[in-house]
Amino acid sequence: MNQFTKKFLASAMFGTLLAFSAHAATLNIHNGGDPQSLDPQKLSGDWENRIAGDIFEGLVTEDAKDNPVPGQAESWTISPDGKVYTFKLRDGIKWSDGQPVTAGDFVFAFQRLVDPKNAAEYAYLQFTIKNAEKINKGEITDLNQLGVKAIDDKTLEITLENATPYFINALMHYTAYPLPKHVVEAKGQDWVKIGNIVTNGPYKPTEWVPGSHVTTVKNDQWYGAKDLKIDGAKFFVLEDQEAALKRYRAGEFDIMTDFPTDQYEWMKKNLPGQAHVAPFLASYYYVLNAQKPPFNDKRVRQALSMAVNREVIGPQILGTQEPPAYSWVPPGTANYGEPAYVSWKDLPYKDKVEEAKKLLKEAGFGPDHPLKAQLRYNTNDNHKRVAVAIASMWKPLGVQVELYNAETKVHYDEMQRGQVEIGRAGWIADYNDPDNFLNLLTTGVAMNYGRWSNPDYDKLIKEGNAETDIGKRAEIFKKAEQLALDDSAAIPLYYYVSKNVVSPKVEGFVDNIQDIHRTRWLSMKE
Amino acid sequence: MIKYALRRLLSTIPVLWIAVTACFFVLRLAPGGPFDGERPLPPVILKNLAVHYNLDKPLIQQYLIYVGDLLRGDLGPSFASEDFSVAQQIMIGLPYTFTIGTAAFLIAIIVGVAVGCLGALYQNKTPDYILGALILVGVVLPNFLIAPILQLIFGIHLAWFPVGGWGDGSIKYLILPIVVLALPHAGRISRITRGSMIEVMNQNFIRTAKAKGIGPRLTVMRHALKPALMPVVSYLGPAASYLLTGSLVVESIFGLPGIGRYFVNAALNRDYGMVLGTVIFYMVLIVFLNLLVDIAYAWLDPKVRNR
Repeated sequence: MNQFTKKFLASAMFGTLLAFSAHAATLNIHNGGDPQSLDPQKLSGDWENRIAGDIFEGLVTEDAKDNPVPGQAESWTISPDGKVYTFKLRDGIKWSDGQPVTAGDFVFAFQRLVDPKNAAEYAYLQFTIKNAEKINKGEITDLNQLGVKAIDDKTLEITLENATPYFINALMHYTAYPLPKHVVEAKGQDWVKIGNIVTNGPYKPTEWVPGSHVTTVKNDQWYGAKDLKIDGAKFFVLEDQEAALKRYRAGEFDIMTDFPTDQYEWMKKNLPGQAHVAPFLASYYYVLNAQKPPFNDKRVRQALSMAVNREVIGPQILGTQEPPAYSWVPPGTANYGEPAYVSWKDLPYKDKVEEAKKLLKEAGFGPDHPLKAQLRYNTNDNHKRVAVAIASMWKPLGVQVELYNAETKVHYDEMQRGQVEIGRAGWIADYNDPDNFLNLLTTGVAMNYGRWSNPDYDKLIKEGNAETDIGKRAEIFKKAEQLALDDSAAIPLYYYVSKNVVSPKVEGFVDNIQDIHRTRWLSMKE
Repeated sequence: MIKYALRRLLSTIPVLWIAVTACFFVLRLAPGGPFDGERPLPPVILKNLAVHYNLDKPLIQQYLIYVGDLLRGDLGPSFASEDFSVAQQIMIGLPYTFTIGTAAFLIAIIVGVAVGCLGALYQNKTPDYILGALILVGVVLPNFLIAPILQLIFGIHLAWFPVGGWGDGSIKYLILPIVVLALPHAGRISRITRGSMIEVMNQNFIRTAKAKGIGPRLTVMRHALKPALMPVVSYLGPAASYLLTGSLVVESIFGLPGIGRYFVNAALNRDYGMVLGTVIFYMVLIVFLNLLVDIAYAWLDPKVRNR
């Protein structure tokens, strides 16, 4: 072999090595907060969901557009009354240690979720399953009474309390992920520690430095591992968004999952096409204490709602184009179609203010007897900006607003105890269904901060949830929504938007309404 | 000396107990609980959580359980991070905080003393003015302002250092946070050194040394430095504890996994166990550092040693 051939072969080998190393793509994701746990039954935040959904997989999972697609189950059937779901598990599904994933692992996970001893914060999301709530309340102590049964290793049967059309969507939630029974039983609480943890998703965690990052790598045991384009991800903890943007600009992050809103214009100009602002299944609203005068007067509530110029909040006050909200359920919600809107939605703003003045006058308020109200919000620049703007929008009505801000814990504690006249709140959907929003206004639920109560509304919601026909159910729900809007049960202000910054080298990132982007659907350009 | 150190250590036990007790009850009295948040939990879930964390018991019983666990060396669970106990989290974060804090501490001393000495030697001359102005920048500008500026210049535009993160812990990741952390202390140490050195340089024994024909550098190194450092040493105790405990902003901006950020996050999250754990940890640390300073003081000043 002459010198030329040797050199040629050496460079070819080096080139091949380089090519291989370029394919070893790791995705660096700015993920915000520190995860509370890697145990899917101990989570509560979207930043934790990003990790959990990469390392675990439920019976049903989401595609790149967040539509439900078969996950660990290859198919399922639903009984005619809509109460019994029978899932057939895929062949050859395994945990990352090579052990098979069985229907028993799902039974074990659901039982553990609702067992009050484990105090899972999100257990209530699966209360649609037969006896789940009773077990969680301690009314039933036999976990085998839960409506989740393994017919055999490959067949799982779930029985619900009532027909629940959104149940398949709820199964995409991390509370429905299976757990490796053999590891949890062997290791106890420590099953979730790196070194012990066994997962069934496309990736498995290999490192967790609290306050810094969680690292995952491809799980070769996952049924679709050979098609994964990303070899692993690093989920970085960094709550300072300004600092995160700097790290993104320096190329240290490939994806940012939130960004400082005041940088949006700069990003549009300097990072063209990289800032993704998209509709998001979440609402920003004000509640009015419907138990307390004068907010128990529908005219007062409606006047305050009408006098808000929603069109300027997204574009001018927040700067990220949040769409104005005239409905309670955000548009684009599954199983629903177009939501109901307030009847005065299309009036010119001037006319809305005039009507609002009239309503307040009828309620006994005017320049001689101004309406005085305290507006509470939790400490945050955006909440403050919105509150200041709305207080000034109410000024022409003669409303005198006292702004009061408190840290999040205190704010929500006071809201729940009803110590509020007007208060800021927001809701991000847990599952894609109108029930998740409409439920917030039903009597007695913890999230009904304004304590607005209407038996007709409650009846309609109950009726809707018992209806198996999706079309009819949507009609019933729409009636309920209209009723709440006509009564100004609360003041919807805007629909949230998701805010991501995605490097041009990341491919396959599809904006979707729940802002869920699993690594398995992404790839990276060299 | 050992007796003195032991006595000092023992005397801190009642202080520690009072602090833990006060902190325990003040925390519980603060409005908002660990499970309040944007997503209110149904009463049944709250009840299960309360039972799980003993929050359903009378306050005094909760306190006795906590103190009992503490005496067994158990700092308890963290509500916000279920996979790690409070003690585990502190042990995980400590090496990061310690590395950054120690490096910043040493740099602050070396740079601060050197700049202070130069300032004193060139008192009211150009080098003194230039160094004084530079140091003033470090002292006056808060680190939440300096950090982004350095990130922008050295991280993004010049791309000399990573903008944040721990990476593999190599020096290139650590330089910016260490500089930001060290800068204000270097400034303060230099101001103290300069003032003290000027005072010492005007004393009789220095005049004698000069009269003997010893050069200015040797005069400073051999005769003036040791007495001039006394006030600097007094400052080192608080400075060291600040560097090890007050790096919250730096750790937050650079995304470092140290323990500086635990306390504030835990207080905001009403993570009772974590707040108490960090309070105890910091108190022990501060006591230990102050003890070290006292020993250093005794070494520098024979009058203190013989007292």
